[in-house]
Amino acid sequence: MKVDNETVKKIAFLSRLNVDEDFENTKNDFENILGLIEQFSEVDTKNAAPLVSVNDNNLICREDKVMEGGDAEKILSNAPAKEFGYFVVPKVVE
Amino acid sequence: MSKLNELTIAEALKGLKRKEFSCVELASSYIKEMEKRRGLNAYVLETTETALEQAKASDKRYANGSERAVEGVPLGIKDLFCTKGVRTTACSKILSNFVPEYESTVTQKLLDGGAAFLGKTNMDEFAMGSSNETSCFGPVVNPWKEEEKFVPGGSSGGSAAAVAANICAGATGSDTGGSIRQPSAYCGITGIKPTYGRCSRYGMVAFASSLDQAGIFGKDVRDNAILLSVISGYDNKDATSAKAEVPNFESFLTQDVKGLKIGIPKEYRPHGLNEEISKYWDMGIEMLKARGAEVVEISLPHTKYALAAYYTVAPAEASSNLARYDGVRYGLRENGDSLDNLYINTRTKGFGREVKRRIMIGTYVLSSGYYDAYYLQAQKVRRLIKEDFINAFKKCDVILTPTAPTAAFKIGDKSMSEDPVNMYLNDIFTIPASLAGLPAMSLPIGLSSNGLPLGLQLIGKPFDEGTVLKAAHALETDVKFARK
Repeated sequence: MKVDNETVKKIAFLSRLNVDEDFENTKNDFENILGLIEQFSEVDTKNAAPLVSVNDNNLICREDKVMEGGDAEKILSNAPAKEFGYFVVPKVVE
Repeated sequence: MSKLNELTIAEALKGLKRKEFSCVELASSYIKEMEKRRGLNAYVLETTETALEQAKASDKRYANGSERAVEGVPLGIKDLFCTKGVRTTACSKILSNFVPEYESTVTQKLLDGGAAFLGKTNMDEFAMGSSNETSCFGPVVNPWKEEEKFVPGGSSGGSAAAVAANICAGATGSDTGGSIRQPSAYCGITGIKPTYGRCSRYGMVAFASSLDQAGIFGKDVRDNAILLSVISGYDNKDATSAKAEVPNFESFLTQDVKGLKIGIPKEYRPHGLNEEISKYWDMGIEMLKARGAEVVEISLPHTKYALAAYYTVAPAEASSNLARYDGVRYGLRENGDSLDNLYINTRTKGFGREVKRRIMIGTYVLSSGYYDAYYLQAQKVRRLIKEDFINAFKKCDVILTPTAPTAAFKIGDKSMSEDPVNMYLNDIFTIPASLAGLPAMSLPIGLSSNGLPLGLQLIGKPFDEGTVLKAAHALETDVKFARK
């Protein structure tokens, strides 16, 4: 299946990826994989309900209470940038 | 007596109980071998000092008679199981400095069972791959063809190679579309992916949450049963883990297969199936027949669409799961002048090509305007594939197929690197059971003409790992495969 350059660029941005350096290969692989996926368009799925989870009777909810918490230090231990007990990000609001 | 590191887990446990050798001696024999086999690149982090400390503690337990299920057994741990205080990377640059503050449920259960961890094993980045070539730590070499440099399969290539090379007694793996079974076949060992929900996914780096399942690599079927009993069970930290009773899996191995109905799916023998594999498959069928099993032909009519459904559902879930790698809370960070550019720079540098490919495919199939035609259609096809199995299991108890369409290939194989779809075809026989969430196991059946192992796969009903293990054990007994 052919995909235009604009679509590849748009999907890359939605994925928060920059693929400019390897654009032609990326596009080519993208088309090959979509070609594989599209094979299933010929399947009659009129009477098939979408399958979300393979096991029935699971997704058991546990009691609604705090199990763990108060571990700010642990949560921040792998942060690439932190200050005053917070994660640091570039300025978001002008 | 054979070298300690060549013993199976069952044999080692027997020897430890009889005080024929100590846990420290057992661990040391593996550590010595690990040093010799670093060229395989099976481990991305060795934790041998901790393993020796664990072994010392285990020796004390044997001395006072308080040993647990797998006391003193040295294991390899796939590098996507979070291990507290021990770097866990999923073999991605984006997690190259990540040190978890918590332990995954599966590894905690193994620790609670008395196991010692020799190290973290290599894998395809985020478990996305079928050859272990997408790892940011470089490829793993298949111990069967060390000089010619063949792949061990993937994604759990390091775990499979480590078990095959006797540099761990057993290993953990994860299987999303074949990541335990295909490398087991390529490396001539035995591996099981249990039913979806059998083991907790808590603390496993997520790839595709509706498909990911933890599992085991062992030197034989019994070792798989022993380790599976330890890692299984409901966990309130994973809402998709099942409240199903965990039997003693080892107890199934003594049962015979007389009268067992073995299903042979006709769709798994397409025109042009590799002749050697076809021949070994027939051999396996005959062996089970000779033991009194009944062989029935079954049909799984939607098999040819499984790959398409998988390569829609898995990337869709991956694109969502991997959105968490943003350079803010953990992992790699590449600064940018805006928040978006921080994300883009971090992710562009941190993810490898295959991961980027799958994130983009997943984003595409979930994006507005394409969702119904791709993602929803894939979920519906997945339903039909699951129903195929439900219907098939009305006629049989367990299904026997080849594990992979070929033997291992060389690292850097051109056709695989040219078109990702060629790589995806490696998992054509393993993906359907993954989509249906069924337990499935691979065991070695023989060698190809050029000396590479080939495997057969057994697929069972949900939560019926016992029958899978039983049939596998019968086959194993007759095949008498010579381990590496």
